[in-house]
Amino acid sequence: MTAQLTCRNLCLGYDGKEILHNLNFEIYAGEYLCIVGENGSGKSTLMKTVLGLQKPLSGEILTGDGLSSNEIGYLPQQTIVQKDFPATVSEIVLSGCQGACGIRPFYTKEEKKRAVENIEKMGITHLAKRCYRELSGGQQQRVLLARALCATKKMLLLDEPVSGLDPKVTEEMYGLIQTLNKDGITMIMISHDIGSALKYASHILHIGKTVFYGTKEEYVANGGFTTNGGER
Amino acid sequence: MELLEKLSFYFTYPFVRYALIVGVLISLCSSLLGVTLVLKRFSFIGDGLSHVAFGAMAIAAVVGLTNDMLIVLPITIVCAVLLLRTGQNTKIKGDAAVAMISVGALAIGYLIMNIFSTSSNLSGDVCTTLFGSTSILTLTKTEVWLCIVLSLIVVAAFFFFYNKIFCVTFDESFSKATGTKTEIYNLIIAVIIAVIIVLAMNLVGSLLISALVIFPALSAMRMFKSFKSVTVCSAVLSVFCSSLGILVSVLFGTPVGSTIVAVDIVAFICSTVIGKIAGGVRK
Repeated sequence: MTAQLTCRNLCLGYDGKEILHNLNFEIYAGEYLCIVGENGSGKSTLMKTVLGLQKPLSGEILTGDGLSSNEIGYLPQQTIVQKDFPATVSEIVLSGCQGACGIRPFYTKEEKKRAVENIEKMGITHLAKRCYRELSGGQQQRVLLARALCATKKMLLLDEPVSGLDPKVTEEMYGLIQTLNKDGITMIMISHDIGSALKYASHILHIGKTVFYGTKEEYVANGGFTTNGGER
Repeated sequence: MELLEKLSFYFTYPFVRYALIVGVLISLCSSLLGVTLVLKRFSFIGDGLSHVAFGAMAIAAVVGLTNDMLIVLPITIVCAVLLLRTGQNTKIKGDAAVAMISVGALAIGYLIMNIFSTSSNLSGDVCTTLFGSTSILTLTKTEVWLCIVLSLIVVAAFFFFYNKIFCVTFDESFSKATGTKTEIYNLIIAVIIAVIIVLAMNLVGSLLISALVIFPALSAMRMFKSFKSVTVCSAVLSVFCSSLGILVSVLFGTPVGSTIVAVDIVAFICSTVIGKIAGGVRK
């Protein structure tokens, strides 16, 4: 079995400054990788590189096992532009299909059906005609997750999916992500929350002064939890 | 009744009909892109680019080109592309870049006009370019046709790229990550905007173009909740306001550009009130 995503000798940074050196890890189908690390350790840079928004300084990112590089769904952090964007939930979810459209100007019936199905999967069918800016933070995250599901059937990259959500909604969100993972979608999640990372993830990538990559069990055995457990 | 008679009398003149046709087309085009620009936080790009077009016009006037479109359009397109290139490695960010180019072009344009101009009524010339006071009433048949063709291209481009423009506006990184060629669509948006602005300079002059771009979009955003309805409403509102503005200015002899903008402002206030009332009812 080949890995869906392989990072080999990856060096990351911007403006010529290196922030991550010689990073190596692989993700296989169905895994749940949680990337943890302090602010400024390069989590977002790593994510942008995996998504192809930024070029690595050196090293390479390979996709395999039937995954192509634009089939990675992405749940970004919310931007200011989106806060007051006049668009309905359906419009936004449907826009997730755009990547597959290429030069074709309009969406096909199948794509529209897919958007409806993903809206249903996220349990927001009753909100489909509502305006995005009127929704609560948790509901907005579900909308963006549904959009990401339109762009991929294989791998999702989540950037701090629970930031700004209250504890109850946070739990629901983690539950939802876990369900999707059990359905066979590979998850890469960026998080501050090491506690939850250990609860849900199968693998941990800790970046910062020391770099760790391995399964959750290895991470705990390695003492990663005790040295960083206080940071939540 | 008297007004209607006066109006039908004015409509026997071709220049009034031309003005109305051009006005409607330009306001339609500008409002379509307005929604995207406002949401992308580029409200002021209209202002910036129109000043660039003003500077280019000054150069054209000095060089003595009879058809200044040849020089104005390319320069404006280049600036639009540079401004909208929202790459991560741009050193001067959005609003500052717009402000810089805007003021810079205005100053250079005026300077050039002042140094090289042969016209005796310099301040009048500048005022005309800035406020477009009468140029819309002196349109030639060729200009009207040019305007019709360019507008058709703009509307067609907007129609075919509607879904892509939505994606690029709502979330550029997501679109790029999932395989949409965002650079190309940003480029298309930039070119369309430049074309619209050069067209619109005839109508309201370079100082008031921003109004045509942002007012209908803002008004529509007060009242509607989906991107499609906002776009359609913005287009309808813009066409309505411009037609009304042109008619009023013809009837009462007020300056065309500022009358249209005044009507737009009134429409914005009405939409805000309507939006508030509708929002209150729903809650």
